Amino acid sequence: MLRASALAVGQVHEQVVVDNLTRTQIVQYAGASGDYNPIHTDEVFATQVAGYPSVFAHGMLTMGMTGKLITDLVGDGQLLSYGGRFTSQVWPGDTLVARATLTSIEHTEGEAVANFEVATTNQAGVVVFQGSATARVLPD
Amino acid sequence: MAAERFPVESSHVLMFARAIGDENPIYADPEVGAKSTFGACLAPPTFVQASAQFDPTYPLRPRPGVTWFGSGATPSVAMTEAAERAKEAEATGEAAPSSGGGGRGSGLHAEQHFTYHRPLLVGEVLTVSTRAGETWEKQGRKGGLLRFSESITEYRGADGSLVVTARAVGVLTAQPVKEA
Repeated sequence: MLRASALAVGQVHEQVVVDNLTRTQIVQYAGASGDYNPIHTDEVFATQVAGYPSVFAHGMLTMGMTGKLITDLVGDGQLLSYGGRFTSQVWPGDTLVARATLTSIEHTEGEAVANFEVATTNQAGVVVFQGSATARVLPD
Repeated sequence: MAAERFPVESSHVLMFARAIGDENPIYADPEVGAKSTFGACLAPPTFVQASAQFDPTYPLRPRPGVTWFGSGATPSVAMTEAAERAKEAEATGEAAPSSGGGGRGSGLHAEQHFTYHRPLLVGEVLTVSTRAGETWEKQGRKGGLLRFSESITEYRGADGSLVVTARAVGVLTAQPVKEA
């Protein structure tokens, strides 16, 4: 668990959450999540029927990979909220960097909560996921 | 999502953690879980999305006896069958059924938000209830109307108290979404 006194507003934590995303990892996520939508799993359907340049990743795969940065940062079981918008598609071959920026720490009745802005960008600098997270931290 | 009973099982959590590239042992190693302050392994923050596995009629999973809309002998089995039925109906003078699969437009996940009331433990059996939220429309940047709809899903533990609340926003586009 993080200590509030060890945190500074504006601090940025970042992590490469996937390097050269494979179609196989997208299928792996389909199998685990249960979402087999052919726009994610079936190149023939995605290109010839749906009209996309290739299959693309589930938004929830990007959010799940980005979640690793946050739980690595705040510790296990400390998250209070996590959410965001899928702002651009993620394609096979993409490399994603997730960033969490501490925006504030709130102290209430012996407890402390850290608020983070979260953004994940691809190798071209395009934001693919943008949101926020809040987590319990030690008040000191 | 219409899963009503969602058992949070260790191999399922292991597979999910692998798929998101997270090798944290709190998701996979029962000994690490048992020795933790939680007394059990945890599920990753986005895991409840996998309750789709326990929805008996989840439409994004192929099922026996139900025509799948992905490719087989043709790029889309369902659309080929629908087109054949329409041709047949035309030939026999019956009215053609209203076109179902629009083809080039699609439904996409626009937003997802989770509120965690407490950590989700491996071994729990959750009950799930989903309700519709707001709906709204917006003009897309590249033309075409975007229709948004929200759903709220509550995941509750054995004692009926909330574990996770999920809010999803879906968008239906009139054409394939171009890369931003």
